[in-house]
Amino acid sequence: MSGLLDLSIAELSGKMARREVSSREATQAALARVADTDGKLGAFLAVAAERALELARASDERRARGEVRSPLDGVPLGVKDIFLTQGIPTTAGSRILEGFLPPYDATAVERLQGAGAVVVGKLNMDEFAMGSSTENSAYRPCRNPYHLERTPGGSSGGSAAAVAARQVFGALGTDTGGSIRQPASFCGVVGLKPTYGRVSRYGVIAFASSLDQVGPIARTVGDAALLLGAVAGHDPRDMTSSPRPVPDYLEGLEGGGRGLRVGVPREWFQGGVEPGVERAVREALETYRRLGATLVDVSLPHTQYAVAAYYLIAPAEASSNLARYDGVRFGLSARGGGLREMYARTRGRGFGPEPKRRIMLGTYALSAGYYDAYYLRAQKVRTLIRRDFDRAFESCDLVAGPVSPTVAFRLGEKVNDPLQMYLADIFTISCNLAALPGLSVPCGMHPGEQLPVGLQLLGRPFDEATLFRAARALERELGPLPPPRGV
Amino acid sequence: MALSREEVRRIAALARLELQPEEEERMAQQLSAILDYVRQLEALDVSAVEPMTHALAEGAVPLREDEVAASLPPEVALGNAPARAGTCFKVPRIIE
Repeated sequence: MSGLLDLSIAELSGKMARREVSSREATQAALARVADTDGKLGAFLAVAAERALELARASDERRARGEVRSPLDGVPLGVKDIFLTQGIPTTAGSRILEGFLPPYDATAVERLQGAGAVVVGKLNMDEFAMGSSTENSAYRPCRNPYHLERTPGGSSGGSAAAVAARQVFGALGTDTGGSIRQPASFCGVVGLKPTYGRVSRYGVIAFASSLDQVGPIARTVGDAALLLGAVAGHDPRDMTSSPRPVPDYLEGLEGGGRGLRVGVPREWFQGGVEPGVERAVREALETYRRLGATLVDVSLPHTQYAVAAYYLIAPAEASSNLARYDGVRFGLSARGGGLREMYARTRGRGFGPEPKRRIMLGTYALSAGYYDAYYLRAQKVRTLIRRDFDRAFESCDLVAGPVSPTVAFRLGEKVNDPLQMYLADIFTISCNLAALPGLSVPCGMHPGEQLPVGLQLLGRPFDEATLFRAARALERELGPLPPPRGV
Repeated sequence: MALSREEVRRIAALARLELQPEEEERMAQQLSAILDYVRQLEALDVSAVEPMTHALAEGAVPLREDEVAASLPPEVALGNAPARAGTCFKVPRIIE
């Protein structure tokens, strides 16, 4: 493994500023690492090598002229294949979009590239972000760089695996019910789902529009803060993006744990969490106490209803969003027969099992006679879940607990039992339903399995800064995890 | 609650989704299990609770001004069209 690729974004940026390394060298190293490892890892769905080298050359020229745009200028990054990238194939992990060439860039990608970043390719994911293992990718599964027989989590599994395996220095993912935090946890990296509305969703292929949010995956908390700062902020093309100003997320980063009130929801520690995971999480809480934080007992009484509410709301919104794949304007088109036959055949052939399941579930939950009993009731439960957090945040500054009840599970372990796969989302889903920011930071290795464990931190709306500060305090105390040796 | 094959076919027709016979069978089983699970929401009294219709804390953001702006040129917008006729997307005949 090359030393260059082990650098954080901040370190690489510093070396480029001191002319010790060029963007071209960093980009070549990243591309070589992808070429060497991705046959086994499966993190990429498309590599845009020539384009990346071109962007790197342009970055080096800017630097030579003294026109560096940001600390991300020249840094090789990846983006989940759910972001539209002009001229680079974009599939959302689905056959129905095979060969699709987007006519424009997503706002988040535009902002990264505007900051000078080098996007080297598109990262593997569960089809339409529906899944928790990246096994629902219609192209190939992605594997966990710590253990190739384990999943990297999902749906942003390619993003987390690529960052952990040192193929790229950072990445963007999306999180609808845990799709950034859970793979970050499984792969031993930092992942943030920002507050709903913090980052524009323009040009992000929609799954569940009231839950989807774009966020960073990186190897350090500081890098995640840097990436969020680059992509956050109002976008007139997304009417749900917030006009609130974006703070400097690096400013309070080193604030430490002293004085923080860390809420520990009692419902999250009532069994069902693997002992090795629970131990690492409890040790992290103990670390906070040692650093001068106060642990506060809080209650989130509707926790047990979150998965049920989510698996009505998310499929309902998905069934509507996925109606656009009809064989008319882009993507697969299975013709022959009339219009309705074309719609049904295109969708029957183009969608894999998980999107089909969710389209069916969502259509059912929204159909005449069932709307009040399912969708409306779930939206009311969503209010109750949000109120649980409002109440908890009266006595604490953030909430901490596990990301997932287990470490990375085996490929094939849950893929045939969708309900079991859904139930594993228990700790990550409330955050999306309540529209809060949530972060996953490594808190140790599972002693038996030698796989990473993540600690989840949830904050008040738009208080990403406190999550970064708390995560950084833990990171500084624990030091880095052992790097993955699987590839 | 068991979902019948007939019910599965009805929903698939609403969703414009062609399912193979073996898919219908599997779908009936899996959806039944999921619907059984989500029924636990019935245990909650939500009669006095408002649904959460806005995910953004401040509610709806003011709409932007309705001004003419650049949009995709037709050639670009049609770039991924499976079939086209001039500057239109071509579809199977709708009116006999």
